[in-house]
Amino acid sequence: MSLGIGVAAGTTLSPLPWKVTDDLSIWTQRWPWTPVPEDGETSHVNSVCTLCPGGCGISVRKINDRAVKIEGMTDSQINDGGICILGLSGLQLLYGPTRIRSPLKRMGKRGSGKWEPISWEQAISTVVQKLDELRSQERPHAVACISGQKNGTVAELLKRFLTTYGSPNFMHVPSIQDSYELTLSMMNGVQAMAGIDVENAGYVLSFSSGTLEGWGSPVRMFKANSKLRDNKGKMVQIESRLSNTAAKADKWIPINPGTEADLALGLAYVIVQEALYSRKFVENYSAGFNQFKAFVINGYSPNKVANNTGVDSSIIIALARDFAKAANPLAICGRGQGDTPGPLAEFVAVHALNALVGNINQKGGIWSLPEPNYIRWPAAEPDETAKQGLREKRIDGAGNGAYSHTRSLLNRFPEALNSQKGDAIKVLLVSAANPLYTLPDTKSIKKAIDKIPFVISFSSYMDETARYSDLLLPNHTYLERFEDVVQPAGFHQPYIGLSKPVVKPLYLTRHTGDVVIAMARALKGNISRAFPWKSYDECLKQTLGAKLNSLMAKGYWIDEKYTPPTWAKAFKKTSKKFEFTLTPFKQPTRVLPKGDASTFPLLLIPYDSVRLANDRIGDPPFMIKTVEDTVLKGKDVFVEVNPKTAEELKLAEGKTAVLTTPTGKANVKIHLFDGIRPGIIAMPKGLGHNAYDKFLAEKGINVNDLISPVEDATSGLDAAWGIRAMLSKL
Amino acid sequence: MKEDPNHIKARKFGMIIDLDKCTGCGACMVACMSENNVPFKEDESNKLDSITWMRVYKVTNGKPYPDMEICYIPRPCMHCEGSHGHSPCVSVCPATATDYDQATGIVSQIYTRCFGCRYCMAACPYHARYFNWWDPVWPTGMEQYLSPNVSPRMRGVVEKCTFCFHRYQLAKDRAFYEGRKTIEEGDYQTACTQACPAGAITFGDLNNPHHKVNQLVEPDPKHNGRPKNPNAFRLLERLGTNPKVYYLTSREWVKRAGDNYLKNED
Repeated sequence: MSLGIGVAAGTTLSPLPWKVTDDLSIWTQRWPWTPVPEDGETSHVNSVCTLCPGGCGISVRKINDRAVKIEGMTDSQINDGGICILGLSGLQLLYGPTRIRSPLKRMGKRGSGKWEPISWEQAISTVVQKLDELRSQERPHAVACISGQKNGTVAELLKRFLTTYGSPNFMHVPSIQDSYELTLSMMNGVQAMAGIDVENAGYVLSFSSGTLEGWGSPVRMFKANSKLRDNKGKMVQIESRLSNTAAKADKWIPINPGTEADLALGLAYVIVQEALYSRKFVENYSAGFNQFKAFVINGYSPNKVANNTGVDSSIIIALARDFAKAANPLAICGRGQGDTPGPLAEFVAVHALNALVGNINQKGGIWSLPEPNYIRWPAAEPDETAKQGLREKRIDGAGNGAYSHTRSLLNRFPEALNSQKGDAIKVLLVSAANPLYTLPDTKSIKKAIDKIPFVISFSSYMDETARYSDLLLPNHTYLERFEDVVQPAGFHQPYIGLSKPVVKPLYLTRHTGDVVIAMARALKGNISRAFPWKSYDECLKQTLGAKLNSLMAKGYWIDEKYTPPTWAKAFKKTSKKFEFTLTPFKQPTRVLPKGDASTFPLLLIPYDSVRLANDRIGDPPFMIKTVEDTVLKGKDVFVEVNPKTAEELKLAEGKTAVLTTPTGKANVKIHLFDGIRPGIIAMPKGLGHNAYDKFLAEKGINVNDLISPVEDATSGLDAAWGIRAMLSKL
Repeated sequence: MKEDPNHIKARKFGMIIDLDKCTGCGACMVACMSENNVPFKEDESNKLDSITWMRVYKVTNGKPYPDMEICYIPRPCMHCEGSHGHSPCVSVCPATATDYDQATGIVSQIYTRCFGCRYCMAACPYHARYFNWWDPVWPTGMEQYLSPNVSPRMRGVVEKCTFCFHRYQLAKDRAFYEGRKTIEEGDYQTACTQACPAGAITFGDLNNPHHKVNQLVEPDPKHNGRPKNPNAFRLLERLGTNPKVYYLTSREWVKRAGDNYLKNED
């Protein structure tokens, strides 16, 4: 008893248990191990984000020499202080473990990840030696370049390099911008970029465009959507899946995937039949209307269209009336984020709808913007060898025969290479692109790259293509370099942005522009003469000329007074009028997915999410953290299946199933989703990386392993919107 | 800057999120992570241990195709006032590591005081609090982007949204430096408010009738701040936690999803 009291008193009074608890708490929290960020002077640097074609202004907060936060630039006309999830994560790319820190030469097998760091001098002389060799064999056209950028000084330097060297094979990564351009060329008769005055639209009819999924310039589209809401405007989303855009729209109209063109023509039928179109425009400024009218009246009555599209004829009629009678109606197209160019028939049909309501080059409509013309270098002068090389046909077939309108057809490149014997391409340069991940049918791309003996990547990050290259010439990241940014996707006023170094280059990287200039100089002769600049910065300074000062101060230049040409002057076809062309409809209007319906009863459609970067840049750790656990769980990706379909297949939520398509096979998990039509299954883009860091790699499946491109009969561009598929129990 | 409570009325910072505008893009989540040095780990798909001070929930109306509707609900800390500052978490904290600040209405979290008992997590009906099960580890080089304004947390402590309190302090410092007595509405905005590309988030002083937050929801002081605006609601209103985050929606089912209702209840 007394012992008990003694123990109790002793324990209570002794400091020992408290000391132990305290120590335990200190030990478990291990305070000294936690980083203490150094404080210092705060400053802000304004720049332009180039992680996507959105062209948002950013303001980077710095503490001494460290960049600590990226925020949206408040006076930017594009994003007005807003910023997207990828832009916010930019510092994880800058300081992240996926950076390539110096030029690297491949050791061991391709893709084995064994590299030897080499000096820039060695690296450039290795390339120059290869290129010299090809020219001495009179095969300069065996060099090809894949560029993520279509224009801007770096893309132009690469093009110029190829031209003076003697190769016609400059290919850019395609998108819906290419389809919009072709449409403007066929109907407006101009070589121009499509600008969409979405801020002033009063009724937006979107054919599967993911305006809230990252379509166009993402932050601008978010802002425009909120503005439309404030102005009591209307937004109608036509899409086969309840995407975020569909969920936020005033009305979601589910449609059979791939039948968007039919629906657009069905709406045109009603507008034409009920004479709801703009008489002023159609009668005075358009040609081919009667043919177009006969075409839609014959083939696209609401009943017929209802059959194909799965949209009720009464809905079609009501929709057409609403659209035609609305103030400032606007129809847009290009699926999801717009990475796949899509069927040309769809673009032409939707553009015809815009023409019917007379919003071509009007407030709240579709504008044609002249291509940027600030790059005015003296014409390059190819020597004899180069001239001969340039006379060769492009490897992708663009600009020739059936594809005479199209400038570049990257989707045809793997097939073209795989179908040829020998090595038609000896050297491939890859700049700001990750084709091994982003192009459909990754297997065939890998096969094509296997046929190229020497692949050079300029990537700043160890992405799939870089990992599979022979030589890495890492560029500075966008936060460490100067670069001009041309025209955010879909923006309606001429725009140039300037990306500026926010921090000094962290590693032994070099600006791709400088590398191209150095390569050209080392190749001597006419090639060297075409590149008179000492450095890229000098080239950029000279090119921007008078605009440089305002770009340095403000970060961007916008021609705010720009108005598109009036109807009387806008159209450059021989008729001098807008042409209701039927060309893309002469081919089968609908692009059918690969595979036959008896073996593959389901349709697989890839979907975009703004939380999953699926272009050349992969999700940084912050972004992948925001991905829902019904999209990715551990290493498994979920496909969305309608509960009815799942019941037929006896598949339950969270169960693993085998997804087979004509192109590939993968294990996936099932997520029951009522926002998708029975018979269709959807899978997110942007997962299944096998390069980058442990935060992103080996998570989920790359949907490009499972789908194949389908060539559009008119444009030759990739028009695939899905593929036939089969789901079976594991 | 020291404020004399006799001269300046207590503030009550609050947030209004317009769910009609919110697109579920997740920018608020990442803006928060990058502002507040929130750590990350290899697998973040177990949402129970994934630290997200701001988390966007996806709710649906539960109807089958094609009548399904989706709404996204961003959820920061609600900075509950309860009655007279008795927020659920503050009431249970044995270490005074979390406290209700009467001057601002912000529920604080002092990491060095917290010893990880997690009572507050159990008490929080919004799952707004997160426990550091592991030491935060940044890949080599990445600790360079850490902001000195917010201390990184250590293993064994609870953390949560602070309404970017450090920004309030900086705004006060700046005001003092510029010789102003008070801060303006725009001087103090949270990182998520600033980043939101849809402009769905509004932040300000609920006590100040000139601030947008007050005008948008018209909080009724007689009824614990319940909104007078019929389109506004608070999560789990009936629990009486008196949160300072309000939501706006034009959809009835969304409002209903914000509280626990019995099936047959109106």
